[in-house]
Amino acid sequence: MRKDAIFIGVEVKDEYTSDPALGAKLNEVCPVNIYRGTETGVDIDEAAIDECVLCGLCYDAAPEGAVAVLKLYEDGAALR
Amino acid sequence: MSILIDKDTTFIIQGITGREAVNLTRECLDYGSKIVGGVTPGRKGREVHGVPVFDTIAQLVEHNGGVVPDGSVVTVPPAGTKDAVFEALYAGIKTIVIVTERIPRRDVAAMVELADRSGARIIGPNCLGLIVPGVAKMGGIGGPAKNAAVAYQPGSVGVMSRSGGMTTEISSTLTAAGLGVSTAVSIGGDAIIGSTYAELMPYFEADEQTQAIVIYTEPGGRMEAQLSAWVKENNSRLPIIAFMAGKFMDDDEMQGMSFGHAGTIVEGKEDSATEKIARLEEAGIPVVQRIDEIPDLVKAKIAERSAA
Amino acid sequence: MRFFEYEAREIVKRAGIPVTDYGFTTDAAEAKTIAARIGGPTVIKSQVLTGGRMKAGGVKFADTPEEAEAHAADILELEINGHEPRGVLVDPKADVKQEYYMGVVWDGAAKRPLMLFSDMGGIDIEQVAEEHPDHVGRGHFSTLDPFSDFMAKQVIADAGVTGKALQRCTPILARLAQLFLDNDMLLAEINPIAELHDGTFVALDAHMEMENEGMGRQKALIKALGIGAEEGTRETYVPSAFEEAVSAVDAADHRGVIQGKDNGFDGTIGLIIGAGGGSLTLTDAVRQQGGKPANYSEIGGNPSVAKACGLAKAVLAKDGVEKIAVMMSIVSNTRVDIVARGVIKACLELGKDPAETIAIFRIPGAWEEEGFKILDKYGIEYCDRSVSLWEAAGRAVAKIQGEAA
Ligand code: SF4
Repeated sequence: MRKDAIFIGVEVKDEYTSDPALGAKLNEVCPVNIYRGTETGVDIDEAAIDECVLCGLCYDAAPEGAVAVLKLYEDGAALR
Repeated sequence: MSILIDKDTTFIIQGITGREAVNLTRECLDYGSKIVGGVTPGRKGREVHGVPVFDTIAQLVEHNGGVVPDGSVVTVPPAGTKDAVFEALYAGIKTIVIVTERIPRRDVAAMVELADRSGARIIGPNCLGLIVPGVAKMGGIGGPAKNAAVAYQPGSVGVMSRSGGMTTEISSTLTAAGLGVSTAVSIGGDAIIGSTYAELMPYFEADEQTQAIVIYTEPGGRMEAQLSAWVKENNSRLPIIAFMAGKFMDDDEMQGMSFGHAGTIVEGKEDSATEKIARLEEAGIPVVQRIDEIPDLVKAKIAERSAA
Repeated sequence: MRFFEYEAREIVKRAGIPVTDYGFTTDAAEAKTIAARIGGPTVIKSQVLTGGRMKAGGVKFADTPEEAEAHAADILELEINGHEPRGVLVDPKADVKQEYYMGVVWDGAAKRPLMLFSDMGGIDIEQVAEEHPDHVGRGHFSTLDPFSDFMAKQVIADAGVTGKALQRCTPILARLAQLFLDNDMLLAEINPIAELHDGTFVALDAHMEMENEGMGRQKALIKALGIGAEEGTRETYVPSAFEEAVSAVDAADHRGVIQGKDNGFDGTIGLIIGAGGGSLTLTDAVRQQGGKPANYSEIGGNPSVAKACGLAKAVLAKDGVEKIAVMMSIVSNTRVDIVARGVIKACLELGKDPAETIAIFRIPGAWEEEGFKILDKYGIEYCDRSVSLWEAAGRAVAKIQGEAA
């Protein structure tokens, strides 16, 4: 699942989108509440994406390669 | 050298577990400051960026083998600030930076009065603290260590400012011009503050590194009149240059409106920008129109004094 | 927070200071009843939070209860400086021998409360201090040590007052000093405190202003005076539509602080500026270079993208504003990239080209590398700290007003 706002895009690789534990964890770490943990997995709150502060905490909380934060103003360059 | 703090100054953070205080702790540690502990009631045993947290200053002092820290940065909410500062003063702490805003005036007056009696000095409230470039910073002044390093380089000019942000703007201008900063103090923008320009002047006067002073000021209050009087009475070796913001508030259409800090309220005609500028200039303190004019004027004034 | 006279008198009375047997009402018929109870001549006084009510006809004398009713009816309808009266105070007309002034204020330079006393009461104390300085006594007192009556006595004696007046006024000024501290006042003034022909002293008018920062711990008093929470801090200032819009954006989330003002500004240069000191500096710099700002604003703390966007939208919604200048002194807490996102977003959502709409962007400091990348992408003119606030303001004036002219 990938969602793009104006400046930032957020991606959760499809194999992780139905992991409720990951959803809850991402929900907890992201300071601007971009990720939402649902009963069935992970959701991305489109309205919050542009508030991303590029802190990288979501990368730290998720398995390697599970999430990506993309800077759309830099040709979609990934934060990591 | 520097004023108020140096490389050996130890200090604590009261209210260390608050969100802003956690950032401030990180910034100060990265900059090289010696933070020897933090206090948040009920949080004993925690750590913030490796700094141990205690319930009371007494515990902290005991943990440090009875050594009382030199200073404290107070970041507790307004209702508890007076008590926190009293705790620090009773413990024997001598340099206190109060970051908290919106503290009732009665409490500020009481803290300042007790500090006077204890031979301690309060900076603030509602300020970002102070920085000795390349040595230490006490408070959020200049922001993260790497940002502070860009704006503040060691040098010869002492800076005092009622606005925290403008302390950095002015210091950065001095740094870019090769003059640098000896110590920069964000003194706070409230109606009553612990340390006014005139009260800090003797410290700068005694600091060999400092060769000139730059102040940032605003309408409101009588601090500039006090500085002018001090300059006239003390035959200071230091040239002072002032920048005054908020001149537009003198206009008729702006009457009755409030801008900026709590202290920036014009209560009488002596408080207005025009009146203050006249008073400063009368005391031989030039008031520049633009911040970018400051470095050249500082250089000229220093040259004038050394030639004399 | 300012108090109406009837509330200020109540505060004084609670502190044990003698007041006249007045009554407050919002109803002309009741004014008649109060005047009848008082018996004899009365004064009907408009209750407004503004000065100059005497001149405006908001104070009238009545000999009979009927007259009191008629005056009350008039005064209740009378707007003073745009303020509707809260009600009227019906006061017995006092048999005054002499009027005195007493007040307590904060002295920011001395960092202590200051008592003032004069035997020339009933007029503005500033005027007395200027014209008859020898008739004004002053004295600071401690916020730590217990207050003692002699401190008040010294101040009164300093004004050249002795005899019975000195003895009678001393405990009154002492109580005023105490209530000033106890109630977190910024100003506590009794003007006049009157000596009556029978030798007693009584407060004929009182002004009280409480510090907003102290209101939290003065809830009991505020409640006892019957002031509801909905009155807030009673700012008499009437915000403009723009100012209200910005307040609403600011209240929507807790990150950072934004403020906007436009009363007194009528130009076309939209200003997105900050923080406290930087905003004052930049507003001066724009005006001194011939610019006419459409507004004043402050960005403080670390606002969200939504907040910066909301402020920019509110400024762009103002009549005549086509372009904005986004400028701050070097930031260390506010983030350059977040503000950049916010203002660009505002342009895009309003269907405007950011490169055209944002005349200049001058915010150096935290996260500037990231911010500059965003500004590059949208083709916006920006500068770093090597361009002074003055120069940036000058460019804004040239780009916005130069084209319009
Ligand atoms: S980088 Fe930080 S703010 Fe951005 S999505 Fe990840 S956790 Fe949230």
